[in-house]
Amino acid sequence: MTGLRILAAVILPALALLAPGVAEAHLIATGMGPVYDGVTHFALSPEDILPVVALALFAGLKGPVHARAAAVALAAAWFAGGALALGGAMLPPLALAAASAAALMALGGLLASNLAVRPLWCAVVGAGLGLARGLADMSGVAGGLAPLGMLLGVCASVAAAFVLAASLTLPLRRFWMVVAARVAGSWIAALGLLLAGWILRYGAVVK
Amino acid sequence: MTRKAAVLLAVPLLLALLPGEASAHIVKGEAIGFVSGFEHPISGLDHVIAMVAVGLWGAQLGRPAIWLLPVTFPLVMAFGGFLGLVGVPLPGSEIAIALSGLLLGGAVLLEARPPLQAAAALVGLFGLFHGYAHGSELPPGQNALLYSLGFVLATGLLHATGIGVGLVHRWDWGRYVLRGVGAAVLSGGAYFLWAALG
Repeated sequence: MTGLRILAAVILPALALLAPGVAEAHLIATGMGPVYDGVTHFALSPEDILPVVALALFAGLKGPVHARAAAVALAAAWFAGGALALGGAMLPPLALAAASAAALMALGGLLASNLAVRPLWCAVVGAGLGLARGLADMSGVAGGLAPLGMLLGVCASVAAAFVLAASLTLPLRRFWMVVAARVAGSWIAALGLLLAGWILRYGAVVK
Repeated sequence: MTRKAAVLLAVPLLLALLPGEASAHIVKGEAIGFVSGFEHPISGLDHVIAMVAVGLWGAQLGRPAIWLLPVTFPLVMAFGGFLGLVGVPLPGSEIAIALSGLLLGGAVLLEARPPLQAAAALVGLFGLFHGYAHGSELPPGQNALLYSLGFVLATGLLHATGIGVGLVHRWDWGRYVLRGVGAAVLSGGAYFLWAALG
């Protein structure tokens, strides 16, 4: 075999294989079925966890009536948003990214300011957040029973995370504990503000 | 091309094709985003001394400054980061950052007690410049959310460190220690100001 033949037979295909391509990997598959895929999806999505925790801490600080209203509205709206997305409803990626940044700023700001609101407003905020995040989570996913199971897993995780986080602040009456929750709110609002800058500079950098 | 040269080229290329760890799943790069975001605020001593000084001064001033100043700083700093990211010009940021160490250190050294609004405005102003410097340096290609999360957490923890150290203020000997730390911050700020002007 001459050098040129080796080049043609080995090196060129090797170089072709080395050319970078897009890694079309799966979203998240745990191997334990769609419901657990949904649970894992939520657990690995900070863009889902952070606003849920912010709203839960805020509603928890306000009291059990507020927390219950927000929890029910959030989980139900998340399911509705996800179902809409599975039915074909879509938002542009930039709108979803902007909604993520806006949610972090608004919920972090609410928590930091510890604003006095009625339970209905907690429910309205929870419904808005749930609808937007449900749409974002399920956008681009083909409909069917498996994605519906995944959506159920996500919604169950949302409800569980909300209840756990709200239960942290419900009994908080000591000054420094309330301050700690409010400081966390300011950090979350700061995070949303930075994210807005990223989006304006680089486009839809978050779903 | 000789056979030997072709083999010398082919073997390394084929070795490069050997399968390695496939890390192409969706969470690729997220740890890098968080870690590099966390490292950013603590990578420059001029930033570190100013952020710790905010906590020190807050602890020295007591309630409500002890929590109001560390809440003000990250929020205004994030706004500065926002301005830096979108490219709004803000001249003199290096000098302002050095001045922040100088003045905040001086405030701790002298146990300055201005009105709360004035203290918050001063801290906020410096936060704006610190954030701007960070925002204009943010590297592209990071995971935006996790990078920002690491960035904000590191900033907040630096304040918390300052508050933790500043709690020695409750003891007589602690007040002197705290003022000594303020003097060290002031010296650092003076050094960075000298460097920024030079």
